[in-house]
Amino acid sequence: MRIACPCCGERSLDEFVFLGDASVMRPTADCADREEAFHAYAYLRRNVAGPCDELWFHAAGCHAWLVATRDTRTHEISAVRLAHEVARERDTTRGASGS
Amino acid sequence: MSGLGETKPFRLPGGSGIDHTKRIDFTFDGVNYTGLAGDTLASALLANGVRIVARSFKYHRPRGVLTAGSEEPNALVELRTGARREPNTRATTTELHDGLCASSQNRWPSLKFDILAVNNLLAPVFVAGFYYKTFMWPAAFWERLYEPLIRRAAGLGRGADLADPDSYEKANVFCDVLVIGGGAAGLMAALVAGRAGARVILADEDFLFGGRLLADHKSIGGESAAQWAAQAVAELDQLPNVTLLARTTVFGVYDGGTYAAIERVSDHLASPPVHLPRQRLWRIAAKQSIVAAGGTERPIVFGNNDRPGVMLAGAVRTYINRYRVAPGKRAVVFANNDDGAATIIDLTRADIDVAALVDARRTTPAEIRAIAATCGVRIVNGVVRDAEGRHAVGRAQIVPYDGTPFTEQCDLIAMSAGWNPNIQLTTHLNGRPVWDEARVAFLAGNRPPGMHVAGTAAGDFSLSACLASGARTGAAAAIATGFDVTAPEVPRASEEATQITPFWQVEDARHKAFVDFQNDVARSDIVLAEREGFRAVEHLKRYTTLGMATDQGKTANVSGLAILATLTGKSIPETGITTARPPYTPVALGAFAGHHRGKAFKPTRLPPSYAWAKEQGAEFVEAGLWLRPSYFPRDGEIDWLQSVSREVEAVRNAVGICDVSSLGKIDVQGPDAAELLDRLYTSSMKALKTGRVRYGCMLREDGMVMDDGTVARIGEHHYVVTTTTANAAKVYQHMQLAVQWLWPELDVNVVSATEQWAQYAIAGPRSRALLQRIVDPSHDISDAAFPHMQAGALTVCGGVKARLYRLSFSGEHAYEIGVPARYGDAFVRRLMQAGEDLGVVAYGTEALGVMRIEKGHVSGPELNGTTTMRDLGLDGMMSTKKDYIGRVLADRPGLTDPLRPKLIGFRPSERTKRLRAGAHFLPRGAAATAANDQGYMTSVAYSPSLGHWIGLGLLIDGPSRVGEVVRAHDPVRGDDTLVEVCALPFIDPQGERLRG
Repeated sequence: MRIACPCCGERSLDEFVFLGDASVMRPTADCADREEAFHAYAYLRRNVAGPCDELWFHAAGCHAWLVATRDTRTHEISAVRLAHEVARERDTTRGASGS
Repeated sequence: MSGLGETKPFRLPGGSGIDHTKRIDFTFDGVNYTGLAGDTLASALLANGVRIVARSFKYHRPRGVLTAGSEEPNALVELRTGARREPNTRATTTELHDGLCASSQNRWPSLKFDILAVNNLLAPVFVAGFYYKTFMWPAAFWERLYEPLIRRAAGLGRGADLADPDSYEKANVFCDVLVIGGGAAGLMAALVAGRAGARVILADEDFLFGGRLLADHKSIGGESAAQWAAQAVAELDQLPNVTLLARTTVFGVYDGGTYAAIERVSDHLASPPVHLPRQRLWRIAAKQSIVAAGGTERPIVFGNNDRPGVMLAGAVRTYINRYRVAPGKRAVVFANNDDGAATIIDLTRADIDVAALVDARRTTPAEIRAIAATCGVRIVNGVVRDAEGRHAVGRAQIVPYDGTPFTEQCDLIAMSAGWNPNIQLTTHLNGRPVWDEARVAFLAGNRPPGMHVAGTAAGDFSLSACLASGARTGAAAAIATGFDVTAPEVPRASEEATQITPFWQVEDARHKAFVDFQNDVARSDIVLAEREGFRAVEHLKRYTTLGMATDQGKTANVSGLAILATLTGKSIPETGITTARPPYTPVALGAFAGHHRGKAFKPTRLPPSYAWAKEQGAEFVEAGLWLRPSYFPRDGEIDWLQSVSREVEAVRNAVGICDVSSLGKIDVQGPDAAELLDRLYTSSMKALKTGRVRYGCMLREDGMVMDDGTVARIGEHHYVVTTTTANAAKVYQHMQLAVQWLWPELDVNVVSATEQWAQYAIAGPRSRALLQRIVDPSHDISDAAFPHMQAGALTVCGGVKARLYRLSFSGEHAYEIGVPARYGDAFVRRLMQAGEDLGVVAYGTEALGVMRIEKGHVSGPELNGTTTMRDLGLDGMMSTKKDYIGRVLADRPGLTDPLRPKLIGFRPSERTKRLRAGAHFLPRGAAATAANDQGYMTSVAYSPSLGHWIGLGLLIDGPSRVGEVVRAHDPVRGDDTLVEVCALPFIDPQGERLRG
């Protein structure tokens, strides 16, 4: 598999470290029903057959965390973005909807 | 074969594939033979009249050469001798070289007379599923008797029992268009894409490009097909954007346009030349690929179709045209398609008698009848029911559809049930082949992105169709990668007939009729499997082992499927499909290992003091990738324990130096540095004052301890944290995730500085005395100015910048001092010199371990991923005033259960006994059962300070059981010792030494 790192260009899979599903959101310790929320965050994962956002770390490259959209059925990667940018967008949206 | 023209030589004159002037000497089973340059081992053996080359896997039946390519299931031999001995090598792809030494496998004492051929008589026992049936009882006999017996009787070659003396290489390459297979379609595709300017790689498993252009007597553009191939290769060789990889098999397709190929760089030489590898493993990243891998001819399933002398018709033509070898003197051709005609033409041209063309079709097309008439060959519409002959074919039993069965003398039966397109590579990424009724073949179904299929692999069975689809796919691939292609010129080729009528098997054969030659699966096995209910193709495969040999059933799968379909009354597509997995042909494990062998298996990281420690005669230990000194033996010391104890005593009484550079060092800077660390560590790092150090733990989100280390605040917005050696990379990655993904709003940067600092622990009552001789005099390191847990920047040795931390793992008054890594070697030498009269010693990881156990500090064995901070007695460090990773789940009932084993100390009740890490704790008098298990010993050491062994362990309710005696039970090493639970730490409970 090859991943197009936004900083380094297309690189081979062995430069990257996989973490997992990027759709799970870390709750905060002051949230309601926090044990359930953290249990879900730590353990519960969707088993998607299709495109799935995943976190990858470019360990043998620029050390950027990436969000790659990979189709779990074909391994086709349709988009790769910097996790940093995805997270800022996410937090802006979350902040806006929360206020 | 008397009466069949014994005096005529097998080698034919002329031809371009071999060089009649270059003779090559080789041996087979100890007999000397001579071949020619351009021969394979198989063609050279045939040219020497050698017909039996192997004994089969299960029944030890005599076997000859069936094919002329990598699909060969029979002619597997051992090549070379000694350390280079290589089993199961296909004689049909082994390029002949001077001094080649080959021997047959799976026979004893000789090929002609093999004692285990008795298995053939026991054939009724060795039917499908015989493992499951015959050797069921008594069960105990399986391991002791049946399995060893079967393993000796069955099986293929022997591996070399010496280390491989050759080297293997790995290479990466990128291209626009990868063309797999250099036959008519592949050459044409490479020409079109190459002329357009695309970066092309053309790979072929053969040592000559051309595929069947070299094997069939055809013409392109008015010249011979072989000549056209040579010109195409010459043109491609001139194009700077084209790379030709001969002897290279593309064996696997992986995601994202990644292909694996194995190049046999030196296999055609007796031994690799200096500086060249034996084989090279290519990883090819290709934007587009063209599978032009040709086809594999199918055998017909008739009686004794495995006898030496029964050969695929296409292979017969290859041996005649390319290698100029007559595979026999008198032939019967048995086919269900028009290739029978091509075969009789070539046989006749080679002056080989053709007894009959047995056409399995009811009627033979007129054009084929005309060819037969020209050649003077009789056509029989019917079947060859059986081949006969004890060791090799001597006769064919022919049964016409209309007429009387008769016997024909012959030593060669050329058979063809049509061709299977080689679509294996299209199925590696879950492609599903589709059955093509008209072509009587599976064709590629869905393909990976960017992959094209051309030529015979795409079901184009005529030469002109191959050239056309090669040109078409070459153009499509070039255009897809951004090159302009105008309608490519396709040369005109000779036309040939390619009609076929499905025909798979002769049902009333008198002898065993084989489907899978390599695994000895006969038609009768499929019949039996079907009768016993194994009707799904996956069940059939596993029950009979059809298609499960090293050739993955290249010549067997489709026939097996077709026979099953006939038995069940279903169509072939209803019955199933066959998909392949990498590798396409077997690949040596050495090639996958490449240079990653022995010491080069993984990188070795050397600490800055390595050269110095080596000079001191240190013993080293692998810690992660690092090679750290474990102890420094001195003359006269009898064992490691004596050396380690001396080092411990020197630290406890004077001063010692230990290289701790391998610990991870991470620099954290920015206005939100304190906030980040507060969220990562369980204790508050915001509250840490500038210039102070704190011990800290970080948890995983599930509440388990991830790592521990020190956090030093060396500026308002600047922290330096340390990690354990083992977890340095993991913790750094975790911190990056926190900064980049969890909390992008934090204004903070994290960078690894492990390699930038050479860091030494200086420990012992005289550590400050030593430091004062090193630290530049302007810096005050007195207790008042630099108390325990203080950190600061200063200079040493006359202006070298350094970072000093007063912290202690050993429990002594101690420091860690870091200097830029380039000074690391000089610095340790200076320290040792400066401390000579203070009694300074260097100590290694062993002494480090002893002292931390004496102090009850946790390390790797306790931070093993299954322990919580409460388990380790560190609950006091879990802040309740802030959120941090792992906080919520650390409070789960399961992790706060008071009955979880907790860290505590142990010493042997009988002080002279030694302790063992890994021993499990049992109450006194309780049986050694899992139900009575109360925890286990994590770390042990001999404490020179106390004069006996001590240990750390996790024991249920440990801290409240001090003074109790329990059993430390170690069934693995046969140890059972009574141990006393004792409080931690073992020495200096008030911590006077580290402050003093």
